[in-house]
Amino acid sequence: MRAVASSVLEEVSVTKIRIKFRKYGVMKFIGHLDMMRYFQKAMRRAEIDIRYSEGFSPHQIMSFAAPLGVGITSDGEYLDIEAETSRSSQASVDALNQVMVEGVEVVSYQKLPEHAKTAMSIVAAADYKLFYKDGYDAPASCKAFEDGLRQFFVEPRTVMITKQTKKSEKTIDLKQLVYDWHIQQDGGKPVFYMKLSAGSVDNVKPELVLGALYQSMGLTYDANAIQVHRCEVYTKTEQRFLALSETGEPIM
Amino acid sequence: MAKLALSDEILMKITNPARYIGNEWNSVVKDKKQIKIRFVMCFPDVYEIGMSHLGIQILYDMFNRRSDVWCERVYSPWPDLHVILKEQKIPLFSLESQEPVKNADFLGITLQYEMCYTNVLQILDLSQIPLLAKDRTSEHPIVIGGGPCTYNPEPIADFFDLFYIGEGEVVYDDLLNLYQSMRETGKSREAFLLEAAKLPGIYVPSLYDVTYREDGTIGTFLPVRDDISPTVQKQLVMDMAKAPYPEKPVVPFIKATQDRVVLEIQRGCIRGCRFCQAGMVYRPTREKEVGRLKELAVQMLKSTGHEEISLSSLSSSDYSQLEELVTFLVDKFDGKGVNISLPSLRIDAFSLDVMRKVQDVKKSSITFAPEAGSQRMRNVINKGLTEETILKGAALAFAGGWNKVKLYFMLGLPTETREDMQAIPALANEIAMLYYDTVPKDRRNGKCQITISTSFFVPKPFTPLQWARMYPPKEYIARAKVVNDAVKEQLNRKSIKYNWHEADVTVLEGILARGDRRVGQAILKVYEMGAIFDAWSEFFDYGKWLAAFAACGIDPDFYTMRERSLDEILPWDFIDTGVSKEFLKREWEHAMLETVTPNCRERCAGCGVKRFGGGVCYENQN
Repeated sequence: MRAVASSVLEEVSVTKIRIKFRKYGVMKFIGHLDMMRYFQKAMRRAEIDIRYSEGFSPHQIMSFAAPLGVGITSDGEYLDIEAETSRSSQASVDALNQVMVEGVEVVSYQKLPEHAKTAMSIVAAADYKLFYKDGYDAPASCKAFEDGLRQFFVEPRTVMITKQTKKSEKTIDLKQLVYDWHIQQDGGKPVFYMKLSAGSVDNVKPELVLGALYQSMGLTYDANAIQVHRCEVYTKTEQRFLALSETGEPIM
Repeated sequence: MAKLALSDEILMKITNPARYIGNEWNSVVKDKKQIKIRFVMCFPDVYEIGMSHLGIQILYDMFNRRSDVWCERVYSPWPDLHVILKEQKIPLFSLESQEPVKNADFLGITLQYEMCYTNVLQILDLSQIPLLAKDRTSEHPIVIGGGPCTYNPEPIADFFDLFYIGEGEVVYDDLLNLYQSMRETGKSREAFLLEAAKLPGIYVPSLYDVTYREDGTIGTFLPVRDDISPTVQKQLVMDMAKAPYPEKPVVPFIKATQDRVVLEIQRGCIRGCRFCQAGMVYRPTREKEVGRLKELAVQMLKSTGHEEISLSSLSSSDYSQLEELVTFLVDKFDGKGVNISLPSLRIDAFSLDVMRKVQDVKKSSITFAPEAGSQRMRNVINKGLTEETILKGAALAFAGGWNKVKLYFMLGLPTETREDMQAIPALANEIAMLYYDTVPKDRRNGKCQITISTSFFVPKPFTPLQWARMYPPKEYIARAKVVNDAVKEQLNRKSIKYNWHEADVTVLEGILARGDRRVGQAILKVYEMGAIFDAWSEFFDYGKWLAAFAACGIDPDFYTMRERSLDEILPWDFIDTGVSKEFLKREWEHAMLETVTPNCRERCAGCGVKRFGGGVCYENQN
């Protein structure tokens, strides 16, 4: 890990920053565009020296890694900004957390290499955890789901399902897009863990994947019963998936 | 984090769940156990509209400064949630605590426009509070109305326990203290209302009795007890420097109509336009101190993180320190990611210079509100703007590179003739001609674009035109057609665009604005028939209203088609706004004579508000 020379970067060169945050509680009802607006205002409240575009209505240089659907919570959300100058990572995390509402917590604030691509353009995968909300029971036992998963996903060589988009239908192979899928038990109910292809090319939604399993088992998928939680978002190197937070380094 | 009142299942099903979850930055959550008085403040329209209202932000901040009070907010649930709340009998809840509104001590509803009246009933209904004040018991909150529509509260008098007439900063503390002390001594709701009615500015409708003459006009309007005053005095902040102002306004997650810091620079208006209720009831004009405004601007931008600040007042160009304030804002924030949005300023060299700094000239437009097309008509309404001033301003703007002009007018004003209507497009044509005459072809940024918008005049209480008659919807549309036909005859018709307002809603607004207590039955009826969100054209159903009036035996024409006689007892006469009825009558007569009354800084017109002891009435007198 390279050391960063000074605590305050006074140089004119722009610093690329990657911010990781958690989204939980009632904030899951705030949509992606409103989260962007929320962070734009939070940057100003925290006095982050963010860079603005030129022109009559300058906007902050800010982009989000992967939109999170309404209703989904997350431990691994990312946004990239460009800053003119920056305090240390710790001071910046503290300043941001001072101006966060309950339900959003900034976890890290890291400097990216000068020529780093935006998170948005390098997202390759995401981890999800899907579990039954309080007051809802699983429609089958853990054992039944484990058997179902083996028959539907683990054993076949291809798992073709239909993905409905706004304009058309598309057939996709889950074997190519689901990198990991396993079930654990919590309080007698199954909890589904999956690592899915994400990003602009082959994005796959966890509800679609679980819904396909339900269908194969002859069950009716009830979206109200399931809480979807995103655990982490990854980029891909030649060797492995790398959490987006592993691509930066702290400002000391 | 409060447990939400609505289940995930409901929130995932409705539009914009963020309207109902609270938790916004700067919203105030208190420990219930430390609180003596729970106050829920309501704007009876959808969240995005309600959150944009400055008055509630001021009162929310002021109430929450008291350690014994917790003030929360509630807005009208959108029709999709309305249905669910009714079906599942879920009581309407306040945003901060997510607890039922009906458990609060007070429900304060701001009444900003008449078309929200069915939404007031919706709020009460969904809160499971009886719609009629007389049916409420000690189990229910005290329902208070405030805001501009309380200058004639009579059509909705049956639904409110009390009204607060005037600016909220003044007697709310006394009202809450009275409530607390009477509750501690175990006094009843009736006893509280009776004592509250003795506070200045507080009107308790149940303590007044109205009788009517055979012709339908009011015979008597009197308190039912000797210890209650026959008149209620408007409350007014006279020390603007000490008045509270929210340094930390609540910041919505979803984009509200006003998604910016709003800085109120003054109250009142010196102009005296005869159609304008705000210009009369907020007299005298009171300016805020420019040093304080600069501080507030900086604090509010920092505490909210908003990217825009706008100035608020009835006529910002009349603020004496405007140049200093605007120059400060531009110097301090321009280029720092903060937009400065200017209110409609009088177009002159200064305002154009500022606009050039903060807006893209190519995209922005300049705005004039002559309100009437002919000078004769403008004299009737006392709108001081002359054609010469408009053309001079437009010429400056055209020379500066602007080519878009917006013009605002009213149709259906008293004494209006065909010539007055046709003068509207003629004025637009003059402005277009000026553009083509003064801007050389090689410096033109395309054609000039003149947009004419007309609304239909609605006479409002406490204005000099409060006695005027209105017209049937088809007559309004006919007048808009006169304008539209005349637009087509103009030489520069291709540069002129014309929009007009709906006529049905205008007539209804007129009924509700000047109605008496009897109109309340029809509001109740139409709500029962399913009317809500009347301010929204997609929900407004004029036919339903006409049916409700008919079912209640009310003739709407009585309230709209009749020019009132000057000695008629008007439903709102019991309110003392400080502006004397003699002055209003004098101004009505001046209107008929087409004579202009100078503004407050030119010459005092003796309207009566000097007795408040401050503001513009005492400028330059030390």
